[in-house]
Amino acid sequence: MSMKATIRQVNSVTVIDLSGRITLGEGCSQLRELIRDLLSKGHSKMLLNLADVTYIDSSGIGELVSGFTAVSNGGGQLKLLNLTKKVHDLLQITKLLTVFDVHDDEAKAIASFEKPGT
Amino acid sequence: MKADASVVEAVFESDLKNVEAAEEVVERVCTSLGFDEEELHKIGMAVHESMINAIWHGNKNDPTKSVWLQFRIYDDRLEIRIRDQGAGFNLDGIPHPLEPENLLKVSGRGIFLIRSFMDDFQVNRTGSGTEVTLVKRRQHNTDPNQGGMHREHEGHNTPG
Repeated sequence: MSMKATIRQVNSVTVIDLSGRITLGEGCSQLRELIRDLLSKGHSKMLLNLADVTYIDSSGIGELVSGFTAVSNGGGQLKLLNLTKKVHDLLQITKLLTVFDVHDDEAKAIASFEKPGT
Repeated sequence: MKADASVVEAVFESDLKNVEAAEEVVERVCTSLGFDEEELHKIGMAVHESMINAIWHGNKNDPTKSVWLQFRIYDDRLEIRIRDQGAGFNLDGIPHPLEPENLLKVSGRGIFLIRSFMDDFQVNRTGSGTEVTLVKRRQHNTDPNQGGMHREHEGHNTPG
C-alpha cells in the first residue's frame, strides 16, 4: 500500500492527512513533492497528521526532516499530529522528538501555530 | 556453526518492490517462532532497512543482480543473513545520526535503526558481495519441531 495524502485548510493551517507507507521510493517522493508544491503556493503552516501511517522507514523519517527543514528555511512551521506508537518510538530513538513539535490534539495543534515562538 | 538450525531461504531480484515481499517472509517466520508484535516490527524493520541497503546501495537497483535472504533458526536465537552482489560499505564511515551536527540530515539512520532493533549486527565481505548478519535472541523456544537440518526454499523472482 503506497502513501496517500488528503489536504485540508483549517484557518491559516494546512492539515495534511497522510496514510499508508512512507518508505524509500514512491512514498518518500510523493511527500517531498507535496511539501514542495505547498511551499511554492505560499502555504507556510503545515500540520502532518500521521494517524493512519502504517509504516515509516529511515528514508521516510529523513523525508519528514527534509520537509521540516524546507518549511523552516522558508520562514514557516511544520508540525506533527497523532503519531502512532511505532512512529513515536522511532522519533524517540532517533532523538527527533527534540526537533519536531508533536501534538495529539488537532485543535490545540492548530492553535499552537498562532502562538509566537512555537 | 551449530548443526541444529532450521533454515529458510528466499531470493529476490533487486527491485524495491520486493522489500515488501521480504517483509512478508519475515512476518511468517517470526510469527511461527512466537515473537510478539513489537519484536516482529523491530525485526521486520531491521530486515527492511537491510534489504534496501542491499538493493539500493549494494546492487545499485540493478535487476540482474539478486539479494539472498536467509533465516537460521536456533533454539536460543534467530540469525538473519542478507547478501547482495555489491562492493560493500565501511561501517566506520557512517556518521552517527544522534550527533547534534547530524540530527537534521536526511539520510544515515538505517544502520543505526538495525543496531537498535537487533541484538547483534555484523557486516562481512564475501567473494561476490556483502553479507550482513542480524541476530535476535529468542526468549523461549515455542517450536516443538526444532532440531535437525530442515531447509525450505522460497523463490521470489517477481513481486508478491
